[in-house]
Amino acid sequence: MSSPATPRPNQPWLPKLVLAPSFLLSFLFIYGLIAWNGYLSLSASRLLPNYEFVGVEQYVNLFDSERWWVALTNLGIFGTLFIGCGMALGLFLAILLDQKIRAEGALRTIYLYPMALSFIVTGTAWKWILNPGLGIENVVRQWGFENFTFDWLINPERAIYTVVIAGVWQSSGFVMALFLAGLRGIDDSIIKAAQVDGASLPRIYWRIIIPSLRPVFFSTLLVLAHIAIKSFDLVIALTNGGPGFATDVPATFMYSMAFSRGQIGLGAASATVMLATIAAIVVPYLYSELRTKR
Amino acid sequence: MSTSNLVVRRLAGALAAAGLMGATAAQAGEVEVLHWWTSGGEAKAATALKGKLLALGHTWRDFAVAGGGGDSAMTVLKSRVVSGNAPAAAQIKGPSIQEWAREGVLAPIDDVAKANNWDTLLPKSIADGLKYKGSYVAAPVNVHRVNWLWANPAVFQKAGVKVPTTWDEFFTAAEALKKAGVIPVAHGGQNWQDFTTFEAVALGVGGTDFYKKALVQLDQGTLKSATMEKVLATFKKVKDYTDRNAAGRDWNLATAMVINGQAGMQIMGDWAKGEFLAAGKVPGKDFVCSPAPGTGKAYTYNVDSFAMFKLKNDANVKAQKDLAAAIMSPEFQEVFNLNKGSIPVRLNMDLAKFDDCAKQSSADFVASSKSGALLPSIAHGMAAPSAAEGAIKDAVSQFWNTDKMTPKEAMDRIASAAKQK
Repeated sequence: MSSPATPRPNQPWLPKLVLAPSFLLSFLFIYGLIAWNGYLSLSASRLLPNYEFVGVEQYVNLFDSERWWVALTNLGIFGTLFIGCGMALGLFLAILLDQKIRAEGALRTIYLYPMALSFIVTGTAWKWILNPGLGIENVVRQWGFENFTFDWLINPERAIYTVVIAGVWQSSGFVMALFLAGLRGIDDSIIKAAQVDGASLPRIYWRIIIPSLRPVFFSTLLVLAHIAIKSFDLVIALTNGGPGFATDVPATFMYSMAFSRGQIGLGAASATVMLATIAAIVVPYLYSELRTKR
Repeated sequence: MSTSNLVVRRLAGALAAAGLMGATAAQAGEVEVLHWWTSGGEAKAATALKGKLLALGHTWRDFAVAGGGGDSAMTVLKSRVVSGNAPAAAQIKGPSIQEWAREGVLAPIDDVAKANNWDTLLPKSIADGLKYKGSYVAAPVNVHRVNWLWANPAVFQKAGVKVPTTWDEFFTAAEALKKAGVIPVAHGGQNWQDFTTFEAVALGVGGTDFYKKALVQLDQGTLKSATMEKVLATFKKVKDYTDRNAAGRDWNLATAMVINGQAGMQIMGDWAKGEFLAAGKVPGKDFVCSPAPGTGKAYTYNVDSFAMFKLKNDANVKAQKDLAAAIMSPEFQEVFNLNKGSIPVRLNMDLAKFDDCAKQSSADFVASSKSGALLPSIAHGMAAPSAAEGAIKDAVSQFWNTDKMTPKEAMDRIASAAKQK
């Protein structure tokens, strides 16, 4: 009564009513489909979904499959290197760009530009660049270094690293932009105070600036991690999972089982495992990060 | 040139016929046909079928999805079928026909088959593949021979060797071609192309019975035999004669390398002929078609077919049956196969208009169907259920690409892949 300025909703059901359709839709199309996929992974579905219950048989088959293990290993290699190198390179570029240099705007645009391309374009371009008969190897050999070899793309043990190269090339500019924004948000007076105290520049970065970028690390990690786990188009465009199935990742495994091999049940099982993996990494992290904010 | 003229003339004829028949076609329906014939020669072949249906007064809805192997098309098809909106017909072949039929979505077309005597016109092994529980559910359009070796005679002349007919000759020739400075074998490093080569080697080195036991019946003992080891060793040796850029190359680009003399030969099904013809090359003069080494008396087939889906609208069902009849009609089989590079699936056809490669293919087709050497191609989804086929393809491709793997290891992997159901 004493605060008439606070608007009181005289129709308490209105917000609920307005929110209901979108809530219902997202509930149905996110959690509903997750549940459906979960059920399919326990069914005998082959070419089309069917609902004959077979228990965990599809999961047993999944973890028996060598190709699935290759896909998981690749995800481990790709995820670690893609996130690690992407962040390190992005931060490094951001720190260099933050030195109040000339033509910063132009450089920033150049670094950021790869993000404007889709992974399909990146993959196709790198496929040409890394192809031993067309790209880098050929060029260096034409310069006269006859024995130069750079054939990772066609080497089943190295091919996954070419995916990392292309992925890092694509995303490090974007990471740089995020870090640069973070760097610009730091209060100058702290740095000046540190300088007055006689701290060297690397020391200032290491002890003051980088720790204060913690929220930026957090959001970058989240963005890169989900790109890594769902990475599909880059692999398809760059290597198509090959040579053989050496660069398969869980996403491409899932696609080929569910859609071209007629094993929807197996594909659904792999999708469930992917979801569980993401949840296992992201949920505790989100929890710890968001709780400290309070 | 001559083939495209022919198509124009046929189409003109078809349109004239459409005018005449307009009155009789009271129940004009719509046929929607899902296919992935989008490359030059293939697209022309599809046009021929369309002309035929238009002539009967039906409407034709093209549902072409690009992508050679048809993976993307199958994905689209599944979503259409699940949502209850199936096309009239879709390009489905081999054991996949039975897999689809088992889902209960295919329509029997026995009345069409009976009226047109399909049982006498088709070799039994092929007819059986088109049936589910004794009823026809698919119509065949052609027969592709898969075990072909395509060669550029000018390149062979330069190297001073003959086009090989055995695997020993193959490697002698490949060595000579290499010395002459050309790529001996044009290959595309995609898993189905690796698998096509493997299948040809298996038939050439192991023979008909071995092929049947190992790759059709998926017999564990045969898959782990000494012959299999020899097959794998020979298969791997072929890789030494391909170039390093093969990774991911499309088959038609590999064919182009043979066409322009950059490479000497290619192991590929007869759809490659379409590329040679489209480039204006003459069989026997500019290019040579020869059975893959050691497989002269056998025939691995890849029969393209259209599976018929259950439809709700009666007019459309009528159109679908007309489509099935049209597909097996001698005129369509001729026009289509002239463009596609394959041969008609009907046994008693006049092949006057076909080239020498097709005539040889047809003669071998008939001969091998009598001698029992008519074999389904596993690399093209004719022999094994898709799960086992895919797993074996993975294992073969992994062996091709991994230099450290021994034939013995590969053999074990293939055998355990063949157990997939």
